[in-house]
Amino acid sequence: MNKMNGYKVKTFLGKFCIYLILLLFALAFLLPFFFLFTGSFKTSSELFSKPFHWLPRHWTLNNYRQVFTKIPFFRYLKNTMIIVVVNIIGALISNSLIAYGFSRLRWPGRDKVFMIVIATMILPYQVTLIPLYLMYSKMGWVGTFLPLTVPGFFGNAFYIFLMRQFMIGIPKELSEAARIDGANEFGIFSSVIIPISKPALASVAIMSFMRAWNDFLGPLVFLGNDRLYTLSLAASMLRSNLNPNWELLLALGAVMVIPVLILFFVLQKYFIQGITMGGVKG
Amino acid sequence: MNNKNKTSRMRKAEARNGLLFILPWIIGLALFTIYPIASSLYYSFCNYSVIGKPTFVGWSNYTNLFKDKTFLASCKNTLYMICIGVPITTFVAVWISIFLDSKKLKHTGWMRVVFFIPTLVPTVVACLLWIWVMQPDTGLVNTILGYFGIQGPGWLSSVKWAKPAFILMMIWTCGNQIIIYLAGLQDVPATLYDAAAIDGAGFFRTANSITIPLLRPTILYNVVTLIIGVFQWFAEPYIMTEGGPSNATMFYSLYLYQNAFQFFKMGYASAQAWIMLLVAMAIILVLFKVFKFNQPEDQ
Repeated sequence: MNKMNGYKVKTFLGKFCIYLILLLFALAFLLPFFFLFTGSFKTSSELFSKPFHWLPRHWTLNNYRQVFTKIPFFRYLKNTMIIVVVNIIGALISNSLIAYGFSRLRWPGRDKVFMIVIATMILPYQVTLIPLYLMYSKMGWVGTFLPLTVPGFFGNAFYIFLMRQFMIGIPKELSEAARIDGANEFGIFSSVIIPISKPALASVAIMSFMRAWNDFLGPLVFLGNDRLYTLSLAASMLRSNLNPNWELLLALGAVMVIPVLILFFVLQKYFIQGITMGGVKG
Repeated sequence: MNNKNKTSRMRKAEARNGLLFILPWIIGLALFTIYPIASSLYYSFCNYSVIGKPTFVGWSNYTNLFKDKTFLASCKNTLYMICIGVPITTFVAVWISIFLDSKKLKHTGWMRVVFFIPTLVPTVVACLLWIWVMQPDTGLVNTILGYFGIQGPGWLSSVKWAKPAFILMMIWTCGNQIIIYLAGLQDVPATLYDAAAIDGAGFFRTANSITIPLLRPTILYNVVTLIIGVFQWFAEPYIMTEGGPSNATMFYSLYLYQNAFQFFKMGYASAQAWIMLLVAMAIILVLFKVFKFNQPEDQ
C-alpha cells in the first residue's frame, strides 16, 4: 500500500487544496467515532441537553457499569463468541479443502464448475432465506445456533475464490516433490500447501470473524430465544424498546467497536489483503 | 503401453481426489443454495402462511405485488438509492482514492485508515450512531450546519430528507471501495502519467482522461457490489426508521422481511425475492455490457 505511483501534483496550491479536501472528509468520517466515544461518557441528561456539547462536562463511567450490570452482557458475548469461533473453524477447514480441489488438482470440467462458485457470489441471500427458514424450522433448528454455524462448514464462495487465487500461485514442484517422497494427496494438502497458505487463511479467518460478529439478519431470523441473543441482536432489541436507554446503548456500541478496531490495527495487512484480492483480480 | 495406463490411472485418481476435496461445497450447494432456490420459486406461486400446506395460486402473488402500494414504494426507494446514492458514493470514493494516490502528497497514510475504519463498525452500532448523528436538535450534522447558520432538517423523520440521510451513511461506509480503488490505481502504468505531464495535462485532465478510464473494471466491480448491497439493505432501515416516515425509507429487503417474518406471507415474499433476483441480474448484465462497450480499444 506504500508504493505510490500516482500522478505528481506540482504546484503548492494544488497540493494544499487536495490536502484540505482530504482532511475535511477524513474529519467528517471520524466525527461519528468521536461522538460514540465521548457520548458514552456523558450522563443521560447531558446526552439529551440542548445545545450539543462536544465534550462531556461530567465524565462518567456509569454507562459502562450499566452495560455490565443492567443487561446480561457476558451471556450475549458468550453467544456471539460461540458463533464467531465455530464459523472461523468451519471457514478455515472447508474453504481450504474446497479451494485445494479447485486449484491444485486437475479434473475434467473444473474451471466450468468454478464459474458456478463465482455465480453464487452475486446471489442475493433473500432468495434462499425463506426456504432455509422453513427447512430449519422443520428440523427444529430455529431457536438454536445451528442455522448460524452449520452452513459455515460447507464453504463460502468468496473465501473459496480468495483461497484458490492464493493456492494457484504456489509452484507445482512443491507438490511433486512431496508426491515423490510418497505423500498422499491429503498429506500434500496438510503438510505442504496449508503451511504456505497461512496469509490467505488469516484473511479468511478475519473476514469470517467480521461477518459473524456483525451479522444481524441471521440472528434476528433464526434465534427466536432471548437467551441466545448475540450482541448485535441484543443492541437492536434494546433500541426498539419504547424508551431506549441511550447512554447504555452508546457504551455498549463502544464496547462492540473497540475489539474490532484493535484487531484491525494489529492485523491490518490481512484485512486489506482479503478485500483487494477479491476486487482486483476478480 | 504400461506407462500410458499408469498416467490414465493417475488422472482418474486425481479427478477422484478433486471431487473429494470439493465435496463439502457440493453438499452445501445442494442443501443451502439449489434446494432453497428451487423451493422459493415454487413458493412464489403459492399461498403459504407457515401454518398448513402451501396451496398453488398461479401468478397471483406477482400480480398482487404490482397492485401493492407499499411494494411499489419500496421499488421506488430502492431505485432512488441505485440511481442517486450509488453514483454519489462511487464519485466520492473514486475521487478520494485518486487524491490519496497522488504522489508527493505526504502524510496520507493515516487518512487511508480513517476512511476504512467505519466499515469495521458492526452494522447495528453504526445504525445507533447515525440515529444520533442525524438527530434534529442535538445531532452532529445539524449542530455543524448550525455553525453556518443553516437550520438542518429533521433528517430521519422527514419524508424528503430521510433518503439523503441514508446516502450520507452509505458514503461513510465506502472504505472497502476506497481500498479496492487504491489497489486498482497501482495498476495504472506510471509512464502514462509521465506522458500526460509532458503533454502538459493538469491534475484533473489526467484523472479524467487517463486514471478513470483505466479504473473502469474496478469501478464496475464496486458498482455491482454496491447495487447488490442496496437490494439487500435491511438492517439500516429496520433499526433506524422501520421504513417510515410514510414509507419514505421502505426499501426492498425490508418489505420482503416484513412480509415473510412479520405477516408470514411466505409465498408473497418469495415472489418478491424472485423479482429481485431477476432485476438484479438484469441490471448487472446491462452494466457489464455498457462498461465493456465503452472500453478503450488499445487495452
